[in-house]
Amino acid sequence: MDHYKMNLTLKVWRQKNNKTKGGFVTYKVENISSEMSFLEMMDVLNERLISEGQEPVAFDHDCREGICGTCSMYINGRPHGPWHANTTCQLHMRAYKDGDTITVEPWRANAFPVIKDLIVDRSGFDRIIQAGGFISVNTGNAQDANSLPVAKDLSDASFAAAACIGCGACVAACKNSSAMLFVSAKVSHLSLLPQGEPERKSRALAMVAQMDKEGFGSCTNTQACESVCPKEISMTSIARLNSEYLLAGLSERS
Amino acid sequence: MKWSEFFTSSIGKKFIMSLTGISLIAFLVVHVGINATIWANDGGDMFNKASHFMGTTVVIRILEVGLFVGLILHIIQGLVLEIQNRSRRKTGYAVSLGNRGSKWYSRSMGLLGTLLLFFLIMHLSHFWVPSRFSDLPTVDIDGKEVANQYAEIVRVFQSPLVDVLYILGCASLLYHLLHGFQSAFRTLGVPNGKYMVLIKRVGFAFSVIVCVAFAMMPVSVYLEWVS
Repeated sequence: MDHYKMNLTLKVWRQKNNKTKGGFVTYKVENISSEMSFLEMMDVLNERLISEGQEPVAFDHDCREGICGTCSMYINGRPHGPWHANTTCQLHMRAYKDGDTITVEPWRANAFPVIKDLIVDRSGFDRIIQAGGFISVNTGNAQDANSLPVAKDLSDASFAAAACIGCGACVAACKNSSAMLFVSAKVSHLSLLPQGEPERKSRALAMVAQMDKEGFGSCTNTQACESVCPKEISMTSIARLNSEYLLAGLSERS
Repeated sequence: MKWSEFFTSSIGKKFIMSLTGISLIAFLVVHVGINATIWANDGGDMFNKASHFMGTTVVIRILEVGLFVGLILHIIQGLVLEIQNRSRRKTGYAVSLGNRGSKWYSRSMGLLGTLLLFFLIMHLSHFWVPSRFSDLPTVDIDGKEVANQYAEIVRVFQSPLVDVLYILGCASLLYHLLHGFQSAFRTLGVPNGKYMVLIKRVGFAFSVIVCVAFAMMPVSVYLEWVS
């Protein structure tokens, strides 16, 4: 693909902190290379703002290689921008052409309050993991891998669920701000493996209880989450969490 | 886990929506089957016999109570979920996701359900209320006096406005079912794969066949395809 340069209009959400009211500010950026990543384009904007003595746009980023789940921008009406199975940091400016206007918003959900500009507080996800997204075993020394047989299809399914990077795009896309795709990926990842079996019921119950407590909505199976997930976590996970939760809730005796 | 905790959790609430939804789907099978007897073209005899059976059999009347309980639970729980889910995002997006990744009707179940509720109020006041609470004229079938429900249908469907409202009601039902049928089973835990493929196909066929059959009732009467 040919390299080209472009001038863009950015409408970026600016908000000082979660106490103040935010709003969109329009910026022009010029001479942007088609080979830049979206975050590098934001860096160019921020360098200019700093040199002009203005406050740079605050946004979350860490690995910039699509595996940490830190970047979180809602770009032109879609979490992580227009590309399928992609994170904002892996979105490249060749997705745009000269003269485009790009609207950049933070994730929107009551459970993800804005900290500043495009940064939201996703610690709700951490608390859901703390409620049950683990296994409690004394690992001791490393064992022979073959001492605990795991069927290949289950190990593949577990791995596919474990690919969730917890970015929150599912919540951002869902009309109900539901975190079911995230929670179901974490529950699936562990419940499919023998190591996760002993705490299977308590895990599903505790993680869903925490999810509700954090103020996420309930799932209505619209599948918007699946379509924007950078790691292509499947709706099958949600169905699995439903059955895990129903079986656990109904089989408990007290 | 207490029952109260189970049924008030986000998944517990969906569980109620799913079970009541599936029971209402089962009811539609009975309803559309009885409606189809008008196409026997026997001046409404078969339809009146079926209506008489449904209205006077004790077991059916008991099931009717269950049907209303399920319906009311479905309506109340649906409204509660819709209101709660809408309140989860106080600040909305300037640019919305639009029709990407999800079907419009899957995002509009609250709206479609509300339209259906209005339709249902009209529908019950047209047929169910008069049959229960007033004395309809009777006809003699095989030496038995039965209420002439068929004449009621013919009378009500003479109005083009009512017919259009019924067809719109059936359209709302179609889209409500297109999402509701498969969503109910997903909530019960059916994963993607061969069962989901089956459920999607059966759900699509069921929704189209049932809703078209219902919509053909006012059309058939108005265009005098049945006599």
